Amino acid sequence: MPGSEPPLLAVEALSVRFRAESGMLTAVDQLSFEVRRGETLAIVGESGSGKSVTSLALMRLLPPAPGCEVSGRVLFRPSGGGPPADLLALAPEGMRRVRGDRIAMVFQEPMTSLNPVHPIGEQIAEALVHHRGASRGAALEAAVRLLERVGIPEPRQRLASYPHQLSGGMRQRVMIAIALSCDPDVLIADEPTTALDVTIQAQILELLADLQRQSGMAVIFITHNLGVVAEIADRVLVLYAGRAMEQAQVLDLFDRPLNPYTTGLLASVPLLDPFAPVRQGLRAIPGNVPDPQRLPPGCAFHPRCTHAVAGRCDSAVPPAEPAGAGRLVRCLRWREIVEGALA
Amino acid sequence: MTGAPLLSVEDLEKWFPVRTAGLFARQARLRALDGVSLTVGRGEVVGVVGESGSGKTTLGRAVLRLLAPNAGRILFGGVDITNLSRRAMRPIRPRMQLVFQDPFASLNPRMTVRNIVGAPLVVHRRGDAAERAAAITEALELVGLPRGAAERYPHEFSGGQRQRIGIARALILRPDFLVADEPVSALDVSIQAQVVNLLLELQAHLGLAILFIAHDLAVVGHISDRIAVMYLGRIVEVGPTREVLARPQHPYTEALFAAAPVPDPRRRGQRALLAGDIPSPIDPPSGCAFRTRCRYAQPACAAGRPALREISPGHVTACIRDDLLLGPSPRGAPS
Ligand SMILES: Nc1ncnc2c1ncn2[C@@H]1O[C@H](COP(=O)(O)OP(=O)(O)O)[C@@H](O)[C@H]1O
Ligand SMILES: Nc1ncnc2c1ncn2[C@@H]1O[C@H](COP(=O)(O)OP(=O)(O)O)[C@@H](O)[C@H]1O
Ligand code: SF4
Ligand code: SF4
Ligand SMILES: [Mg+2]
Ligand SMILES: [Mg+2]
Repeated sequence: MPGSEPPLLAVEALSVRFRAESGMLTAVDQLSFEVRRGETLAIVGESGSGKSVTSLALMRLLPPAPGCEVSGRVLFRPSGGGPPADLLALAPEGMRRVRGDRIAMVFQEPMTSLNPVHPIGEQIAEALVHHRGASRGAALEAAVRLLERVGIPEPRQRLASYPHQLSGGMRQRVMIAIALSCDPDVLIADEPTTALDVTIQAQILELLADLQRQSGMAVIFITHNLGVVAEIADRVLVLYAGRAMEQAQVLDLFDRPLNPYTTGLLASVPLLDPFAPVRQGLRAIPGNVPDPQRLPPGCAFHPRCTHAVAGRCDSAVPPAEPAGAGRLVRCLRWREIVEGALA
Repeated sequence: MTGAPLLSVEDLEKWFPVRTAGLFARQARLRALDGVSLTVGRGEVVGVVGESGSGKTTLGRAVLRLLAPNAGRILFGGVDITNLSRRAMRPIRPRMQLVFQDPFASLNPRMTVRNIVGAPLVVHRRGDAAERAAAITEALELVGLPRGAAERYPHEFSGGQRQRIGIARALILRPDFLVADEPVSALDVSIQAQVVNLLLELQAHLGLAILFIAHDLAVVGHISDRIAVMYLGRIVEVGPTREVLARPQHPYTEALFAAAPVPDPRRRGQRALLAGDIPSPIDPPSGCAFRTRCRYAQPACAAGRPALREISPGHVTACIRDDLLLGPSPRGAPS
């Protein structure tokens, strides 16, 4: 578990804006979070909340200015020691050394990130040749070991396989093998199981947890599924319309959500409950996720929030307030709501 | 359930001719439906779950006669529709409708919502212009879309609203049977709950029968009266929802339970994971098709294809072992 050592990655007031028809669109707004060695931070939010943009910003894979503006700091402290560097300020060459080596990424759809015309062995070996200067032979040998580590049967025979010859689960394992090839300090996994069946999702989650236990890497796990969050996270950041609504240890968040959006999100998860009456329906959050080009003023959640108060919630963006035990909550009324629930 | 079921499927088979890959490529049969029998009563919601590739979509399309089965029978409202011509199907079509998974791909981007929702009226030559307009307004209201929606285009709507448009289109002819093929799988949880609730309201209001296809056992559990579990083109378990959730009888159903993420971090941990992928339906394992991944498999499981065996009224399983104590929650009792 994370101790008091400094974070591997400290994100400070990260903002990302895109040029859109109607001026600038804010996809990520003043986001701050940290991850430590061996820790899994889950970033959870519905589609369009800014999860992928956040991960692409950390990897410096967003389009260049003026179409896209990124501000804030991403302080990275490599595990080997050395002073922290702000990734957003690194020269492109320096960033290329970090990306895929110290910080690696796994995407939702392996089919679009794998090259369809190259055998997977070559694709795994590539990172080792590129970052480590390994010979092709040595890199392919390492690829066999990596495939084995990610649970692919008959790894040596698999080197020559093309992506389309593999199942979705196997392709995701290959993506993980590529990400792990340089033994990264931080793994960013952007909805790596969303396109998979639950059975295969469970396998991949277990694999990631095992790999993390072995290597001590930090994992930033991005998902829209709170069930998955409960399975893997140490800490959770709840994102809505590009803003952190709440940050907490996983047990605290599920035991006692403080932000009304978190509460609503938890309540809308379908549960496997054999004792519930049939056809009982689900607890929905009314309304829709807002369009970032037309964000509601004030708290962006207010049009859907059952606790919203006109004149307060729609006037200014609520600040993120500390709420004990390393928690942060962004809601003008969280104290009243918690007291109301206790009363 | 009283009287004859609305839909009755008997030993349905559907195979696709395919060429196998690799060195010894040959023509082969991919068995997408391999002897499926199932009923849906009037006003009943039957959930179908299984991993992708288990044949759920093929089943949904076959019962709607959107593809022709190779063997077996489909009875709808007491009529054998298995081999009906397009023309003979015409009066039956309006009674059976489909809601698609993908609310983005299934709506024509160049048509207004009015024309999308009203299209079935035109196809089936129902009503005059005024009656059609009234029916469209009513259908949009029924699914909770604002009045102004009719003149707008699909891209102006969010995923959840697009799914409402698809449901309005499916309901405008007032069908008594709906196939909903993963209607909420592509939606955010908060929106998924809205659409599930809408389907439940409409079902109660209109007395619809629904074949609700999903890969998420929890969603199916919330909407269905009965659950059918499919694996490699076969139904391996069917039963009343509470029965299946409380006392799953087939090891595959148990495995689906084990895989479903539980939104409770205190229950994280050891679970009996299903290993490997679903095998190819071109060469399914002999005997029980699940045996290559089943933790309870015995040599006898390879011998013959297990028949559905009744455990309690209406609860059947295709597992030969009657000595297993399966649970909905292989990692401990629900807290
Ligand atoms: N290249 C881009 N140009 C303009 N807008 C973008 C771009 N990439 C993402 N966005 C917008 O930023 C918002 C957040 O997107 P994203 O991070 O992909 O959401 P999530 O991953 O949480 O579903 C969305 O509204 C999206 O439309
Ligand atoms: N038109 C087709 N031609 C060949 N194979 C098909 C076709 N449609 C479906 N299949 C195959 O049939 C099997 C069942 O598919 P499907 O019914 O879509 O399953 P599910 O909906 O449960 O994911 C799969 O192996 C799929 O690849
Ligand atoms: S600030 Fe107001 S609208 Fe926003 S979550 Fe809190 S109570 Fe709801
Ligand atoms: S018949 Fe055998 S292999 Fe099939 S589910 Fe039962 S125990 Fe498992
Ligand atoms: Mg995304
Ligand atoms: Mg399908």
